[in-house]
Amino acid sequence: MPHRQQGVGTFTGIMAEIASRLNFTHRRLLRFAPYRFLVSLGHSHRFLIGVPYLWLTLFFLIPFLIILRISFTEAEIASPPFSNLLAWIDDGLLQITVNFQNYMELWEDGIYIHAYLNSVKIAFFATLLTLIIGYPIALAMSRASKKWQLFLLMLVILPFWTSFLIRIYAWITILSPTGVLNNFINWVGMGIGLIDPNSPVTLQILHTDLAVYIGIVYGYLPFMILPLFATLIKIDDTLVEAALDLGSPPLKTFWTITFRLSLPGVLAGCFLVFIPAIGEFVIPDLLGGSNVTMIGKVLYDTYLQGMNLPLVSAISVILLLIVLIPIYIFNRIQAKQFN
Amino acid sequence: MKKQMTALNWAALILGLLFLYIPIILVIFYSFNESKLVTVWSGFSTKWYSDLFQQDGIWSATKTSLLLAFSTSTFAVILGTMAAFALVKFRRFKGKTLFSGITYAPMVMPEIIMGSALGLTFVALKFSTGFFTMMIAHITFTMCYVVVVVQSRLTGFDRHIEEAAMDLGADGIRTFFYITLPMILPAIISGWLLSFTLSLDDLVIATFTTGPGGTTLPIWIYSKARLGVSPNINALSTIMIGIVASIVFLVTLINHYLSKRREEDEKNAHREIA
Repeated sequence: MPHRQQGVGTFTGIMAEIASRLNFTHRRLLRFAPYRFLVSLGHSHRFLIGVPYLWLTLFFLIPFLIILRISFTEAEIASPPFSNLLAWIDDGLLQITVNFQNYMELWEDGIYIHAYLNSVKIAFFATLLTLIIGYPIALAMSRASKKWQLFLLMLVILPFWTSFLIRIYAWITILSPTGVLNNFINWVGMGIGLIDPNSPVTLQILHTDLAVYIGIVYGYLPFMILPLFATLIKIDDTLVEAALDLGSPPLKTFWTITFRLSLPGVLAGCFLVFIPAIGEFVIPDLLGGSNVTMIGKVLYDTYLQGMNLPLVSAISVILLLIVLIPIYIFNRIQAKQFN
Repeated sequence: MKKQMTALNWAALILGLLFLYIPIILVIFYSFNESKLVTVWSGFSTKWYSDLFQQDGIWSATKTSLLLAFSTSTFAVILGTMAAFALVKFRRFKGKTLFSGITYAPMVMPEIIMGSALGLTFVALKFSTGFFTMMIAHITFTMCYVVVVVQSRLTGFDRHIEEAAMDLGADGIRTFFYITLPMILPAIISGWLLSFTLSLDDLVIATFTTGPGGTTLPIWIYSKARLGVSPNINALSTIMIGIVASIVFLVTLINHYLSKRREEDEKNAHREIA
């Protein structure tokens, strides 16, 4: 077999070289018991499963149990800054002090309820907007030629690779009262004589709900386009053709065939936008300012104050419960489709 | 019949791409603006770039961010590849449902929930927060992306090749280095790059798990951006966009080259057989 000495060939050659050297050292090292033990670990199923399993249990699963526990305690000036849930009393009695105060506070203080509802509302309508804006783009991409598709896909993904924070920050420049958008409107307006140069228009978009909607739609648009594109591209064109041939009007054809068949993509896209949008805190903080309350921002501000960590835990626990509902529904629908 | 692009399709595409790119282009444009007022153009200047490098804390933040992203992606690749192997190789094992559940869950969990849960855990366990707590948090949320990338590669390749190598007398280590690793290496590299960028970009989880001395670049930018627009942030953004764009360009070029090579190799192989 001829050995290619360039590109992939060189690469395979280097790998082979490394492999043979490693193999040599490996054989010599096998004489030592600790090394033999390590090697056996590498081959053992338990190790391969166990290490990532242990990691995720420690740093993903248990933290949720810990915040659940903290949410039932009381804030204290101590380290850690909350009371003990469990305490051993001298006689061997285990005393459990469950404190529902934090949850009561969430319920009674209107700020939190309002923030939860507002987050769900904003996330819902922002998702709808993202769908309405993203669908035509995904549809157009799916109709482009193969060569273009790859290029367009790259173009849609590229902004996703640039920092989320910077992309959101860019909108401050556009939306502020003296920003690019207002300048542009005035420039065009004065050009066609609609706006009096002495009283330029100043739209206050920054620090309103509208700015937050724009931010979410902008930030999460690729998450909507990609799954939509993936399902739209798989739709059999002959179905659409057949409907058109049989006299179905284009709009009806789109609605009853294309859209219907793309529903899995619609669902996936909406899910991917809605879930992170509920907990969003960068967008409402930078673009919404103090005028827009979303629960992520409330949670972060409460955490920053550092005084009442049990309350922070309670906010997180309820937010988690709210987020679990769409995750559960999505899983159910997916399972049904799979069967 | 070939699919037709209508005028409406074109309009949607062009408007959509404009929406995606105008903010980025504006940031680059205004980073070369002479004026301190961000939205007034008063001539070309690169002074905000030199101004940027004189800012307090920017170098240490950059260093922290790069070190964090580098160590995070390295550990995430190791753990993620192990998890992917476990999920693909072993059809059934005790607790597989829970295992696959917790490997994918961090992807759908809003960052703020993960961040606060981990942050509070570190407080409760009296961990002193800083670089290492950020690293633990970042490994946890990036490793699931590695799992997905590596897993798709593992299920894609024919495991009979490994078996054939073993039958021909290669031992485990040789098979791994000659066959398995070269085959999944592209997935491992893209998994590494993905974790690297995710870690470099993360603000939310980092703010909850950071401690004294653990200022990353996003945290630094955020503290400045909260005060309003300043031209040197535009300069920093332009540099970051430039770096990312060139990396993406390079990776695409390499991928293009590799796939072309592979096609040629296959053609040659077919010719030899014939």
